[in-house]
Amino acid sequence: MADYHEVSPNAPAGEKLLNWVDNRFPASKLFKEHMSEYYAPKNFNFFYIFGSLSLLVLVIQIVTGIFLVMHYKPDAALAFGSVEYIMRDVPWGWLIRYMHSTGASAFFIVVYLHMFRGLMYGSYRKPRELIWLFGCGIFLALMAEAFMGYLLPWGQMSYWGAQVIVNLFAAIPFVGPDLALLIRGDFVVGDATLNRFFSFHVIAVPLVLLGLVVAHIIALHEVGSNNPDGIEIKAKKDAQGRPLDGIPFHPYYSVHDIFAVSVFLMVFSAIVFFAPEMGGYFLEYNNFVPADPFQTPLHIAPVWYFTPFYSMLRAVTTEMMYALIACVLLGAILAVLKGKMPTLFKVLIVGAAAGLIAMMLSIDAKFWGVVAMGGGVVILFFLPWLDNSPVKSIRYRPDWHKYLYAVFIVDFLVLGYLGILPVSDLSSRISQLGTLFYFGFFLLMPWWSRLGKSKPVPDRVTFTPH
Amino acid sequence: MSETLVDGGQIDNSKRTWLIASGCVGAVGGVAAVVPFVSSFQPSEKAKAAGAAVEADISGLKPGEKMTVEWRGKPVWIVRRTPEQLAALPTLDAQLADPKSERKPDEQAPKYARNASRAIKDEYLVVVGICTHLGCSPSDKFTTGAQPSLPDDWQGGFFCPCHGSTFDMAGRVYKNKPAPDNLEVPPHMYLSDAKLLIGDDKKA
Repeated sequence: MADYHEVSPNAPAGEKLLNWVDNRFPASKLFKEHMSEYYAPKNFNFFYIFGSLSLLVLVIQIVTGIFLVMHYKPDAALAFGSVEYIMRDVPWGWLIRYMHSTGASAFFIVVYLHMFRGLMYGSYRKPRELIWLFGCGIFLALMAEAFMGYLLPWGQMSYWGAQVIVNLFAAIPFVGPDLALLIRGDFVVGDATLNRFFSFHVIAVPLVLLGLVVAHIIALHEVGSNNPDGIEIKAKKDAQGRPLDGIPFHPYYSVHDIFAVSVFLMVFSAIVFFAPEMGGYFLEYNNFVPADPFQTPLHIAPVWYFTPFYSMLRAVTTEMMYALIACVLLGAILAVLKGKMPTLFKVLIVGAAAGLIAMMLSIDAKFWGVVAMGGGVVILFFLPWLDNSPVKSIRYRPDWHKYLYAVFIVDFLVLGYLGILPVSDLSSRISQLGTLFYFGFFLLMPWWSRLGKSKPVPDRVTFTPH
Repeated sequence: MSETLVDGGQIDNSKRTWLIASGCVGAVGGVAAVVPFVSSFQPSEKAKAAGAAVEADISGLKPGEKMTVEWRGKPVWIVRRTPEQLAALPTLDAQLADPKSERKPDEQAPKYARNASRAIKDEYLVVVGICTHLGCSPSDKFTTGAQPSLPDDWQGGFFCPCHGSTFDMAGRVYKNKPAPDNLEVPPHMYLSDAKLLIGDDKKA
């Protein structure tokens, strides 16, 4: 608790007002802590704009969403028509809707790039594990938000996409069918489902999302930002206790981010005005057809941002299960032969592996497909404890790590591309390999990240003034 | 925070006991309050009531044709199979995942439809047109022979566009496809030669 602070009676009115507020609410203190005296490393590069940009897109989504709710009707009989009403009859409604639909894709673009940045520079490593965990939570909430929002226009893709995803839950042994029934609120996706998804999309998930965003930023400002060199700038401070390689967020990065925001908005506006459907990737053509519970469109695919995980779902077939069982078996054998641990642990590992294999043999491949899809996201949460590399940043890791990360990115993109296409024998083989690589990359990370000789990490960040 | 304690550090045990007890009672009440909220997710009485049986008039159905009726919000297909289609059924057993519907017999078909053609009358196939994988509605692929996404020796059946599961003319799923089970045969009965009742098989 701060003592009451007096200002000179001759001070300007603005200063008096600020003092009045500061004695009652920590306005100046918050501004200093989070802006003018928040020291961020001076060597940020291009990849460090996506955090601010995702905050911007969040604001765009909330503002446009509020206005869309004023005209939208969450009713199976009226929903499709009300979206068309927004597009045709509401003044400027088309713009608000296209901003919202483009914003959804933009959100995933900036968030994926933001996550890629974290992956490259080890931003999830100690002491930033919680920032990463909150971030993964945001990603999960964002996926839920996008999925439920996609049902609202009540087009063919909305309907069948929701039907498929809700049925995923039905694949869970024992409780699955009842769980799917609870989610739908009816025996098929219908009015009850639309109404509850609307409630989740406009209020429940956004509240969770905002809470997580606040937690993400509080945690970030507590430990300070990482940087492309992966060096802790707080280790070298000047006489006043300011990091030598740090610069105040305001004005340096606030101006930097405003520039990035301007460029981003140019691209964003170009898409909103000239290609809001983005050739069927941002808004799928079949979604301009009203939902028909009797007719599945000839080709259904989720929106692009879900396709890598959707490919993993499709990759798990009965044949793939044998490959996965072989992986579990191999893992258990290696743990027993090579692992340095007490015999009790080894026995436990063998027992767990045997149990897992028994389950893999007895439960449908469909369920394991769901596990793979969910696991693809959940595994990200464990990244801080999977990476054992002695250095944080990719810059100082052995060169072959860079190639491995490149292959990982290509793998993710290929999985995403295959998720858009209809299934074929060749594409399902490739996505099976891709899925194995994706999980291998993370699950074997504790081992491979230790291999090779890392380069010497400098004491201070590498920075050339320009 | 300061270390000064109220009451000079004396702990009133009876007060503490009651604080813990009331806290626990409050927690139980809080958990109990979850029940009505979770229950509200269940299908409403209105949704449950909408599951009544429906009648279908099959007099206009020609061999090789399919009609769809709505039952419980799901499409139910009635297919009048041609003699060729029926003749092909037994030859496919080796390619099917569960040709005799033995995996989950109770869920796949009522007793009277557990035969080679999965039907009361061989000619008429009655199945719920929802893929057992993830609930898409498969499309008709009655033409035989090679075509995109289907094997060259295709004998006619259904193809699910979502994940590529294929079914034969008796709604039986092919091997190595994502769908685990054959298409479900709903409870049904013939009211007359031309009238089919779907959703109920006990009405006299």
